Amino acid sequence: MIRSELVQKIADENPHLYQRDVERIVNTIFEEITIAMSRGDRVELRGFGAFSVKKRDERVGRNPRTGESVQVEQKHVPFFKTGKLLRDRLNGNT
Amino acid sequence: MGEKTLTRMDLSEAVFREVGLSRNESAELVERVLTLMSDALVGNEQVKVSSFGTFSVREKAARIGRNPKTGEEVPILPRRVLSFRPSHLMKERVAEGNRN
Repeated sequence: MIRSELVQKIADENPHLYQRDVERIVNTIFEEITIAMSRGDRVELRGFGAFSVKKRDERVGRNPRTGESVQVEQKHVPFFKTGKLLRDRLNGNT
Repeated sequence: MGEKTLTRMDLSEAVFREVGLSRNESAELVERVLTLMSDALVGNEQVKVSSFGTFSVREKAARIGRNPKTGEEVPILPRRVLSFRPSHLMKERVAEGNRN
């Protein structure tokens, strides 16, 4: 399923909404999550999962082609942990 | 680094502000999006959200685990796990926003 299919399903279920509003709704949800993580905040969606930011320490990396050492700066990366309900559903419980 | 935790309520509030729907309907739509995504994943479908990321289901084989406290061996059954791969754009935005 891709973003546009998700929008289409919601639009089909809500004939009183304009398609372009459904697009804005779906985009707003994902945009809000990304903005929160850009601030370093967590987004916890019980049953679905939680988005958070993890810090990766600086390290000495290596260019795999040349074997040359390169300094890799500390950085922050997005992280997702699956919620319990969804994890259980994936394995046929509930 | 921030320390706030957002919930469904914050997402509904954002939808409420962005589109002129009631708070109630905004909350229902947020829930519906999460449910449709979950249902697709449970049905083994990948969920790809451009410029956000991709959720996919992976099969994990059975293995012998160990209780870290007692050292006791316990069988771990084969299972399905969800993995999320953030898009390049999201990685960039999160790295940029949290710089220093």
